[in-house]
Amino acid sequence: MRRLVLILVPYLWLIALFLIPFVIVVKISLSDVALARPPYFPQLDLTAGWAGIRTFFSELDFENFTFLTTDDLYWKAYLSSLKIAAISTALTLLIGYPIAYGMASARPEWRATLMMLVILPFWTSFLIRVYSWIGILSQGGLLNTFLLWLGVIDQPLTILNTEIAVYIGIVYTYLPFMILPIYANLEKLDGALIEAAEDLGCSRTSAFWLVTIPLSKSGIIAGCFLVFIPAIGEFVIPSLLGGSQTLMIGKVLYEEFFSNRDWPVASAVAVVLLVILIVPIILFQRNEQKNREASQ
Amino acid sequence: MRRMSGFNIVSLTFGLAFLYLPMLILVIYSFNASKLVTVWAGFSTRWYGELLRNEAFLDAALVTLKVGVISSTLATVLGTMAAFLLVRLGRFSGRTLFSGMIYAPLVMPDVITGLALLLLFIGIDMDRGVTTIVLAHTTFAMCYVSVVVSSRLSSFDTSLEEAALDLGCTPWSAFRLVTLPIIAPAVISGWLLAFTLSLDDLVIASFTAGPSSTTLPMKIFSAVRLGVSPEINALSTLMIGVVAFGVVIFSILSKRNTALKLQEERDAVDGRT
Repeated sequence: MRRLVLILVPYLWLIALFLIPFVIVVKISLSDVALARPPYFPQLDLTAGWAGIRTFFSELDFENFTFLTTDDLYWKAYLSSLKIAAISTALTLLIGYPIAYGMASARPEWRATLMMLVILPFWTSFLIRVYSWIGILSQGGLLNTFLLWLGVIDQPLTILNTEIAVYIGIVYTYLPFMILPIYANLEKLDGALIEAAEDLGCSRTSAFWLVTIPLSKSGIIAGCFLVFIPAIGEFVIPSLLGGSQTLMIGKVLYEEFFSNRDWPVASAVAVVLLVILIVPIILFQRNEQKNREASQ
Repeated sequence: MRRMSGFNIVSLTFGLAFLYLPMLILVIYSFNASKLVTVWAGFSTRWYGELLRNEAFLDAALVTLKVGVISSTLATVLGTMAAFLLVRLGRFSGRTLFSGMIYAPLVMPDVITGLALLLLFIGIDMDRGVTTIVLAHTTFAMCYVSVVVSSRLSSFDTSLEEAALDLGCTPWSAFRLVTLPIIAPAVISGWLLAFTLSLDDLVIASFTAGPSSTTLPMKIFSAVRLGVSPEINALSTLMIGVVAFGVVIFSILSKRNTALKLQEERDAVDGRT
């Protein structure tokens, strides 16, 4: 009895508030927009019995999905989200790896402090961390003032409201997600392996490329997915730093819903985004599974 | 691994500077007397005063705290139950679906979760407000809690519990006296994680909030869309300060805890010999 309660409560909670909402999204993505409350058609009429269910299903169609392919706003937004996510993941790796490497080579009594310093920003508000860059990157902002003062440039650079600002924002907010899995890998790395490689004639650089990098591969893969997957659907960073020209699908979905109030099309956008995300999510799960088996 | 080279020191310094400089600048400029962000016009706490007089912000902060406390407490209870399901029950029918539902929200984009929940609340004709935000936050936060608690639970020695049961404990008191104290650190960090996630969330709250329940992130977002404002700088500084204070207190407490435990163990060993 007690066991049944333990199973049922979280199970039913997740079915009611996670699974059913997705079924509703799929259903509405197959409906048509209507000037009604709620603004879509058809409505399921259970009082009409089987006939009502049958007419309900016959009214559903893939019209919204064909619409997504005809209007180039949508596929451009999907492609540009993938591009922005891929480039910022690469940049995060380039910046995060040396930091993780530096942490792992620090003296053991320093490591806990360094680890805390990397995690601490993660506890402060995401919104505020993104916001802090507006004042730095804007036309009259601190970076431009500083560069003008140095004499490197003679007129302010436009960085805010471009894709570059979005890259900076993603790298900045997701950096801990890249550093921590790589650090966890490098920390376990046996220094004797590198010494052996050097004794056997490797230079320090080739020992790094031939020994350290392959042995930290699973950390690199985990970090890349942890940045790439959430970056695709990102909404806050492009809408605060990207301006109107940066196209990302999370922003399009938000605006489709709140500004255009076209719920069926917004739901169709969400369904396609989910389908795109399933591939990297499965790859990520597989990598994690392999790590768990390797550590056992 | 190996000794610190110059390269490592440089990359660590630059990395930490990159992580902390933007926030440091925010804190410094919150004490700027001028309304212009780039012009330093002397030290002033004027913006903190204006912030405290701004009732809209105070109301939003109250809503956010209320949602955060209720949803993270609910999420901790549900998430701990879910962790027991995942770790202890072995195979039960529907286990794959359950673990899928636990891990999927961790990587789900906020816009999709928010949209799906809103469509559910409209579908069942539920008035949107604090309750709907709490339901939404509890749902995604319980998944994080269950991940944190289940990692602690899987390294837990079940023979301790069996010993308690053999010595006459009821299952409930064995849980309360043996299991709970051991998994408590994970449960507490789960609660803290759920609480910060709730305080931080903008997108899901915007979808599930009603007209009378604006949260602080929603308020901040609509203010900063218009650009930098010194009032938001002051608010950010307060929030960063609270987090830094909390983390320092928490780490001091947990350090003292482990020190006490070590001492106790040492005493126990001394007593025996």
